Amino acid sequence: MLSSRAFAHPARQCLRKTAPLQSSQRWIPALSQARSYATADKDKVAKFKGTKGSDGKYCVTLIEGDGIGPEISQSVKDIFAAAGAPVKWESVDVTPQLKDGRTVIPDEAIASVTRNYVALKGPLATPVGKGHVSLNLTLRRTFNLFANVRPCKSIAGYKTPYDNVDTVLIRENTEGEYSGIEHVVVDGVVQSIKLITKDASERVLKFAFQYAQDVGRTKVRAVHKATIMKMSDGLFLSTARNVSKLFPNIEFDAELLDNTCLKMVTDPVPYNDKVLVMPNLYGDILSDMCAGLIGGLGLTPSGNIGDECSIFEAVHGSAPDIAGKGLANPTALLLSSIMMLQHMGLFEHAERIQTAIFKVLAEGKTITGDLGGKAKTHEYAEAVIKAL
Amino acid sequence: MMRSALRPSGLARRLAQPSQCRTMASVQSDIFKPTKFGGKYTVTLIPGDGIGAEVSEAVKTVFHADNVPIEWEQVDVSGVETGDKHSEELFRESIASLKRNKLGLKGILHTPVSRSGHQSFNVALRQELDIYASIVLIKNIPGYETRHKNIDLCIIRENTEGEYSGLEHQSVAGVVESLKIITRAKSERIAKFAFAFALANNRKKVTCIHKANIMKLADGLFRNTFKKVAEDYPTLETNDMIVDNASMQCVSRPQQFDVMVMPNLYGGILSNIGAGLVGGPGIVPGCNMGREVAVFEPGCRHVGLDIKGKDQANPSALLLSATMLLRHIGLDDHANRISRAVYDVIADGTYRTRDMGGTSTTHEFTRAILDKMEAQ
Repeated sequence: MLSSRAFAHPARQCLRKTAPLQSSQRWIPALSQARSYATADKDKVAKFKGTKGSDGKYCVTLIEGDGIGPEISQSVKDIFAAAGAPVKWESVDVTPQLKDGRTVIPDEAIASVTRNYVALKGPLATPVGKGHVSLNLTLRRTFNLFANVRPCKSIAGYKTPYDNVDTVLIRENTEGEYSGIEHVVVDGVVQSIKLITKDASERVLKFAFQYAQDVGRTKVRAVHKATIMKMSDGLFLSTARNVSKLFPNIEFDAELLDNTCLKMVTDPVPYNDKVLVMPNLYGDILSDMCAGLIGGLGLTPSGNIGDECSIFEAVHGSAPDIAGKGLANPTALLLSSIMMLQHMGLFEHAERIQTAIFKVLAEGKTITGDLGGKAKTHEYAEAVIKAL
Repeated sequence: MMRSALRPSGLARRLAQPSQCRTMASVQSDIFKPTKFGGKYTVTLIPGDGIGAEVSEAVKTVFHADNVPIEWEQVDVSGVETGDKHSEELFRESIASLKRNKLGLKGILHTPVSRSGHQSFNVALRQELDIYASIVLIKNIPGYETRHKNIDLCIIRENTEGEYSGLEHQSVAGVVESLKIITRAKSERIAKFAFAFALANNRKKVTCIHKANIMKLADGLFRNTFKKVAEDYPTLETNDMIVDNASMQCVSRPQQFDVMVMPNLYGGILSNIGAGLVGGPGIVPGCNMGREVAVFEPGCRHVGLDIKGKDQANPSALLLSATMLLRHIGLDDHANRISRAVYDVIADGTYRTRDMGGTSTTHEFTRAILDKMEAQ
């Protein structure tokens, strides 16, 4: 390794020739630098930058959301208070506004997230088929949330046809098929552009490798369809190969989208030691599919990671039909808030709350209607608090 | 020589084109009978790469044993890069053969991932012959238990445009655009096909799969066209679903689906998910219908390079696809005999290939099918 590096750098090569003894000493720091490059804290992608306030608490922006949003947010607030998590909530409203013909979110909301670097978000209703861009998309673009992390873990106490699922999927969040560049060429012929750039791919891939290191997984797998989309997915794939060289302790391989779909549905267990990373659309589809394996979106957390800010959210719908009735299941938002705590480095609190949630779910006595129980939202939250 | 012989018919076709154009979108014009010479049909056989050679051998053996009146015209085209130009020639030959015979049985051709590698032959073949509709039947096989029960769904996939258009370019270094093309004409054609298929096969519901909430124009066009066509089929129940939700529903409650129709890429994803539900690509048959040519191939398109030549492949997918071919040309007796034998062997459970949890080789499995057919 040493010699190959030396070869790559002709200038230093001559140095080596002139002073062979010293050079070997000189090389050691260079090498260790190279190795630590990817993990050094200052280079870490999307590192949490928030600091504690004067009261010893982190300020977190809370977007309660529509429909069942306020109820499940309340549960999270109650449980956090009971667990003594050093978090202070700052509720903001993100009802979209029209400004110069574009959908934007209110300035106060943007200011709050920018100030706090982190936010927790409930479900937002997106009108289907209407002209305006979905609010989720607007948030992603506003804060440049480039990676979407979607872990799915089987929950003891809720039986599905699949056991021991424990997948982690990272999805590129800003471009790909969701670039939003579309046009009608002539009447009846539409072009929709899938955009893949090296920069965005590199960013999400670096994050994926880093995330794998953080959560203690040893393998990263890129999912692609480069047989058909040779240039776009090919670029993603070749970038992945390059990035993987920066992380020599993580095993990297690539898999065709078709195979991933097939194998995950047949038996998801082999994916338990891997972090999957992929472009936007595939990630969207596969992450929801994984959620299906463990029982739906009501049980899966999600984190949107950006360079500056990160937003953790429940990805399920706002369920306007059961809003206000106390029937909603806050698990997804709770698990997302745990991801948020982990992102903020508050691992102890995260662990405590998570154990309590899984305990309540495994007991199966006080679970909400969607999981086959009878408990109300607040009863479930109380049970979790007791389990703390 | 051959070309000059073809020329008059080519001219005739050109003259006949206006009327063809008019019926282009209509499904009815797809129903045709290919030529039968001397009491036998000529069918193009493309074994494909990977396990193709082994499983097509199984089909040939079974067909021979049942005296099926089919003459194979085999073209050994391969997508594996060998370095010579020969593969391109063979590919053209396979196209010509399919054009002549209008009927084909095909394994899957390998596509290299490398950027310099050739375009997918599978896709090129479908585009060249305008084989626009892919049908994949996802159904539990009796006796073979998987995680899900009572699945009986059918995936109809647009085969010639969408994400597989092959139009890509690099605007500047590190920025690549890939075009997804959706046209009204082709969306209409596939929607009509799906509805006609549902009616003909006594199915009740057609679901349109799309991502129109994000790709408002492209998938929006697909969805709106589907809705428009649906008005002509009031007896069928219709609904639409976003692709991510559909894949989630597929792994949690697949029983809710009947016929599903979708653009190209989503079809690839969902047919693989579907295959995973019922037991893998080895037992999922499929076919591809075009305006003139029908090609039958395993529904879940996996090459199987890893188990090539190991005598482990499951020939059921290609065998069942071949029985679909037989039904297509009206040889129902043969089709029933063969498919019943395949299902019986699987249900017995004595002979199963590795993908189904057994230990039998391809040859043993084929032998068992032959024995079953004799016993019938």
